Amino acid sequence: MAKTHITTTVNGDEYEVLCEVDQTLLDVLRDELHLTGTKEGCSSGDCGACSVMVDGRLMCSCLVLGVEADGKSIDTIEGMADGDVLHPLQRNFLELNGLQCGICTPGILIAAKNLLERNPNPTETEIRFWLAGNLCRCTGYDKIIRSVMAAAEEMRGN
Amino acid sequence: MATILEDSKFNPDQKLKVVGTNPVKHDGPDKVTGRAKFGADMYLPGMLFGKILRSPHAHAILKSIDTSAAEALPGVNAVATRDDFPELQAGTPGGDLSRNIMAREKVLYDGHPVAAVAATSESIARRALKLIKVEYEILPHVIDPVEAMQPGAPILHSHLRTKGVEGAQDTPTNVVERLVCEMGDVEKGFAAADFIVEGEYDSKPMHQSYIEPQGCVASASQDGQIELYCCTQGIHVFRDRIGEILKIDSAKIRVSQSEMGGGFGGKTSPYAEPVAAVLSRKSARPVKIVLTRNEVFRCTGPVSATKSKIKMGCTKDGKITAAQADLVFQTGAFTGSMFFNGPWAMFTRYALDNIHTVACEVVSNRPKVNAFRAPCVPQIVFGVEALVSEMANKVGMDQIDFRLKNAAKEGDTTVFGQTFERIGFVETLEAAKQTDHYKSKLPEGWGRGVSTGFWFNRDGDTTGSLTITPGGSVTIMVGTSDVAGSRISLSMMAAEELGVPVEKVRAILSDTAMMGNNRVTAGSRTTYSAGMVIVDSARQAIAEMCRRAAEIWGVPVEGVEFVDGAVHPSSSNVGEFEPMSIAEIAAKTSVSHGAISGHTEMNVTGAGPGFGVHLVDCEVDRGTGRVDIKRYTVIEDAGKAIHPLQVEGQYQGGAIQGVGWALNEEYIYGEDGRLQNPGFLDYRIPVASDVPMVDTVIVEVPNPRHPYGLRGVGEVPVTPTLGAVGNAIGDAIGIRPTSLPMSPPKILKLLKDAGLNTN
Ligand code: FES
Ligand code: FES
Repeated sequence: MAKTHITTTVNGDEYEVLCEVDQTLLDVLRDELHLTGTKEGCSSGDCGACSVMVDGRLMCSCLVLGVEADGKSIDTIEGMADGDVLHPLQRNFLELNGLQCGICTPGILIAAKNLLERNPNPTETEIRFWLAGNLCRCTGYDKIIRSVMAAAEEMRGN
Repeated sequence: MATILEDSKFNPDQKLKVVGTNPVKHDGPDKVTGRAKFGADMYLPGMLFGKILRSPHAHAILKSIDTSAAEALPGVNAVATRDDFPELQAGTPGGDLSRNIMAREKVLYDGHPVAAVAATSESIARRALKLIKVEYEILPHVIDPVEAMQPGAPILHSHLRTKGVEGAQDTPTNVVERLVCEMGDVEKGFAAADFIVEGEYDSKPMHQSYIEPQGCVASASQDGQIELYCCTQGIHVFRDRIGEILKIDSAKIRVSQSEMGGGFGGKTSPYAEPVAAVLSRKSARPVKIVLTRNEVFRCTGPVSATKSKIKMGCTKDGKITAAQADLVFQTGAFTGSMFFNGPWAMFTRYALDNIHTVACEVVSNRPKVNAFRAPCVPQIVFGVEALVSEMANKVGMDQIDFRLKNAAKEGDTTVFGQTFERIGFVETLEAAKQTDHYKSKLPEGWGRGVSTGFWFNRDGDTTGSLTITPGGSVTIMVGTSDVAGSRISLSMMAAEELGVPVEKVRAILSDTAMMGNNRVTAGSRTTYSAGMVIVDSARQAIAEMCRRAAEIWGVPVEGVEFVDGAVHPSSSNVGEFEPMSIAEIAAKTSVSHGAISGHTEMNVTGAGPGFGVHLVDCEVDRGTGRVDIKRYTVIEDAGKAIHPLQVEGQYQGGAIQGVGWALNEEYIYGEDGRLQNPGFLDYRIPVASDVPMVDTVIVEVPNPRHPYGLRGVGEVPVTPTLGAVGNAIGDAIGIRPTSLPMSPPKILKLLKDAGLNTN
């Protein structure tokens, strides 16, 4: 099957990729670029483990075709820290044990960062509904929600 | 000298510096930055992608498989079928595992593997699967375990005869085993009762639903060595079982573990890994297989469906006098449900003299079940705790007081023959009574449920080692898996022993070649057992450091002691020497005397049983039957919480998994015997907006068999949940549900039948 050539920017770096037309953006990130921080839990848009930002919009990368990423700018978990300085969300997840196995964590961090950009002071309920598309089977969500709340407070400068 | 198993040197008065604090876990930074490598994250040069073709039928004879067209597709490097797996005798552990991994004579469930391909891309592999022609002769199927027990039911295995039944059996059956557990005399017990309560309960399979599907890469070399990288709860068990079914000397297989994205019991046995190994041998290339979510639901896990009939009796002053049960456990297409846990654990929180249970394990046309936190226990406790609550109400006692009155204590003997050493059930119940939650007034219209739970906690074969670097840092290595943070807990125990900050310690998970045998990481055994071998290894290293310091000082080794991270002269009589720190001894002697290290392998014993109490408040929508969990508190004995945040995480995660099972999660089969909800859209686990915060109380009644007093904490938090939620719903609507899950249609029916719904 003929492959399609795309040019896409991931975490600020430009990549050229030859992808098969049935490859998803998730497949391209993982199988072609070996950026495996973005996880696959279902491939059907139900778990949020594959969450990335596409031109500033939060998306499930398993529901986007690789060829659709042509000319787009993608942000993944690998680009969240500023060099060796962790993002406040990342730090709070570590300090408050917002992760157990950690498979859901990249997707949750990407989604939570997007939430805090839109709403720096979310309520517990707002966080719960925003993250309702990100499944976690380990934590029962308690410490995830608390980590996001603590990061939000820190980022507001309190 | 007494071994650590004979004398753990547990000291309740020890001033702890590290144990009981909450350092950031060492695997954390890689997990929040995307650097951590899970099962699906390995890529090797020349690697192929493997895919598995699965049966669309619940039960059929596998007449023929034609793979020629798939083999001819460009990009396909290998195709595997039953012919590539050695034939092992049906009905043996190896024969069953082999047939579950690749169907042989028959397919036994929707999703049963029948062939596999390895190709240069996933897309080609998927196309190749479509080119494989399989001829099936469809047979009648049976899904429900009770139907499977009836005469004339479709038979899965012609060789199967029931274990535990007297006399010759001429005809095959689906009942694998009938197990009777008893103590005392139940007839006498019921005769002494003033109140007798009974009920029938049922549950459906739920899936472990780890978010990471199984993923692996196998790489076979031309000299017969196989390297396997995968997410697993037991590297050694995977190695040995794969060796067994492929008839390969298991020493030729090296299994390395990735980070694991949740297992909960579901990753204790192999599925795609042996298939990847076969494809790799045939293609002489590394082969990666990652299951899809659909495959995870159809072919791995889930837990046993059950039916139970339970009867209990008590006196009017609240003493339980007898308990009886008939239990049926569905095990899927093959035996291995560990159903004995059900009868052993179901009443074990209470000190009972008279128990009689009969439990059957039954095969049916569903995927073989796998372990899940406290296998086969929560769904049975669901019924027991309904009756316990009912008895408390009949007697007119407070729910917790009734349970306290019957609580098991040190010295009590269980139905499985163990006499309890020091346990903390009474303390846990008392702590539950003191919670704000229990003392709070229940808002109008809500219901409150109480339930208790028990798990044996496991121990067993474990290996670990510890090395001190010349710079005074510490590396520990274990052959167990890390399912939720055991590496940091083990590092903390090593740090405590050695008197160094935990930042100085790093824990590594070994592969099968680096460490001797380890039992699977399951049953809440790992922090306990691996903690034991790591503490023992640290003590060996300390003894060696004492010898070296004594040698440097020219004094007898009896004249020195290790305190707070340094060797000191034990008294001024020995001489005036400046204490020597670990770093100093290591720097001075690592080159001359070799590295300072310790290494331990042992069959660990002494796991302390765990007990928990759950409190749930809920509200029931009388128009829709939807149950909203409003408040949740978990109270559980951890013995000693090494890393309290992680212990809380176990309690919270277990409780919410239980809430999903209680209210929503189930396998739904069509008339055709196919699973109708193999995805997260239709099999819905709790999402963040479904649940409240979960409050926790960590009770600490130390287990003196462990150097730091700990008990396993992973299984107990699921055991009371179903019962607690059921009791809360019962309290809210006045009718205690008996069928799991307690989903809106079922609750609505209960409300309608009682004339209570508002529509
Ligand atoms: S993998 Fe994309 S939502 Fe689950
Ligand atoms: S931490 Fe394991 S799924 Fe969220």
